[in-house]
Amino acid sequence: MDWSATLNSIVAAAAPLILATIGETISEKSGVINLSLEGSLRLSAMVGFVAAFWAGHALVGFAAAMLVGALIATIIAFGNIKLKINQIALGFVLYLLAVELASFLGDPFVGERGEQVPPLPIPGLSEIPFIGKVLFDHNLVVYGSFLAVFATWYLFYRTRAGLTIHGIGERPEGAFARGIPVNRLRFVYTVIGGALVGLAGAAYSLDVKLGWRETLTLNLGWIALAIVIFGSWHPVRVALGCYLFGALQVAAFQLQDVFPGVAQVLPIAPFPLMILALVMIYAGWFVRLGDRWPRARGWLLVEPPGAIGTIFERE
Amino acid sequence: MKTRTEFHPLPTILSVLAALVVSVFLLWLTGAPPFEAAGLMLEGAFGSADKIANTLLAWTPLVLASAGLVVTFAAGMWNIGVEGQIVMGAIAASFVAREVPGEAWLVVPLTLVAGVVGGSLWAMLAGVLRTKGHVNEIFGGLGLDFVAAGVAVYLVIGPWSREGTASTSGTDIFREEAWLPTTTMFGTEMPLLAVTLALTATVAVYYLLRGTRFGLRLKAVGQSPRSAFLMGIPNDRYILYAFAVGGALAGIAGAVQATGYHHKLVPSVSGGYGFLGILVVLLAGFSAKWIVPIALFFVTVSVGSTTMELRLGLDSAFGGVLQAVIVLFVMFGTAYATERRRRSKAWSSDP
Repeated sequence: MDWSATLNSIVAAAAPLILATIGETISEKSGVINLSLEGSLRLSAMVGFVAAFWAGHALVGFAAAMLVGALIATIIAFGNIKLKINQIALGFVLYLLAVELASFLGDPFVGERGEQVPPLPIPGLSEIPFIGKVLFDHNLVVYGSFLAVFATWYLFYRTRAGLTIHGIGERPEGAFARGIPVNRLRFVYTVIGGALVGLAGAAYSLDVKLGWRETLTLNLGWIALAIVIFGSWHPVRVALGCYLFGALQVAAFQLQDVFPGVAQVLPIAPFPLMILALVMIYAGWFVRLGDRWPRARGWLLVEPPGAIGTIFERE
Repeated sequence: MKTRTEFHPLPTILSVLAALVVSVFLLWLTGAPPFEAAGLMLEGAFGSADKIANTLLAWTPLVLASAGLVVTFAAGMWNIGVEGQIVMGAIAASFVAREVPGEAWLVVPLTLVAGVVGGSLWAMLAGVLRTKGHVNEIFGGLGLDFVAAGVAVYLVIGPWSREGTASTSGTDIFREEAWLPTTTMFGTEMPLLAVTLALTATVAVYYLLRGTRFGLRLKAVGQSPRSAFLMGIPNDRYILYAFAVGGALAGIAGAVQATGYHHKLVPSVSGGYGFLGILVVLLAGFSAKWIVPIALFFVTVSVGSTTMELRLGLDSAFGGVLQAVIVLFVMFGTAYATERRRRSKAWSSDP
């Protein structure tokens, strides 16, 4: 097996998933769960494909898909923040709506050949043996996924705005008392997160698996939700989770001939892993382990934002 | 968690109308004649005795799943795991249908009991993860949905695969003694037993929550876990009870799907009725009172839109769009009305 080629394909396959999970991480970190992910991803993949198909340029597709993702996030943010509708209910209904809309409106475009993101090996860097092939022989989508992870990590842990995000996601009352416009910021971060999810959708239909069909992003939205938890809302860990999932997919593909059926069963692995990660937070032995090695705690524990899924009211 | 909203008749009606306008607009976008489409929908669902039987058979699992969801919502739980519970009920029922020999009077009740056990245990797993493992029931349930789907796929292509072939098209057809019996009426096979099951479940859930001490306590846990705890109601135990009852009803839905509709186990055995049931219950305002007519409307749209696809060449997903748009609009309409009333109250009570 050619390892550099295998790793190259894992990095490429994980790129859209990274954009989606990072988007969801930003949204959830500020306190808003966008449960519509599975639907957002599918509808933006469809719209992105169709827009690029009509305009004859992939970039138009990405812009349109971003708008779709942002629009769905706006509906959630508006309904939740202004009208106090339960986030889960809203996200769930929008999931079903987006899935059905994608099938309904996308039906005439199934099987069409559309635009594709051109490859763009970085001159110089891609010449480095092994690493060059793995990391720098890709296209803009993949470099965008690197940038999204780094920028989000920097935003969360190295800037004042990042502190504010922690504040509105953990203790909105406290943040509000310090003069931070909690709901306005939640609105902004939810929409930004949704836009990233939209980009991810277009990345599927214009880069990873060209074209549009209903099963294009099947279950990847739910998997993204699981990976955000598994990655404990930390951009780097979330990205690692995506690569792990990419590796699982490649492994399932390789093992298909040896163990028939493994291709159907392995992609389910993120879900038991997610449950395990959530169970471990409160397991006694695990908490003690974290107390003994505080550094390990940060990397192993799964700690949800304290005010996730709640509505913040000023009164 | 606040799941309850006030019921406002006028905003609800206006929202439904707005949703219909949006849907007609969508039809117009694709160039389909809206009234003909609506007519085809009704014809597809009720056009003949056969079609009515088919619609009722689809209505049954939707009502059963919705009734179960009313119970879990009453305890304040988002039972996203309902799809997995339907699948597990179907798997357990399929096991009985495949393995237990004997006459229909013995096998059929056993398949239903198996459905109850399968669905209930799978739901309790989500409940235990929630109460003992502190795993949010939404993510736990979602995970268990996929695990259940994985088990179904494994069984269909593995141990229960048809002789010589390993495809995802399903197991062998069950022998006829294990099929859910139907009644010959109007020259077709009416699923009377299935309909009776669904109606009984709905009435039972309605009275369980309205008229019993158990239901009262369950609702106390759902609406205010802290006060319920202070009143001496063991929150965790009641959450588990809710999952057990909700999962049992979802499990029967799965058994009906396997033994009454497909007559075999298929990977997509749930038919999506669990998630659709969540929409039904959201529209019904979390009450058992309205799920019967709402579910009938939903299956009319679902079943009818397949006819629409055949005749107009329109993708049958339109049915799903219509359902989701209506729920979304009603949600926003009632929330807007509630907010406005709250605001105006706050104004008038100001000195």
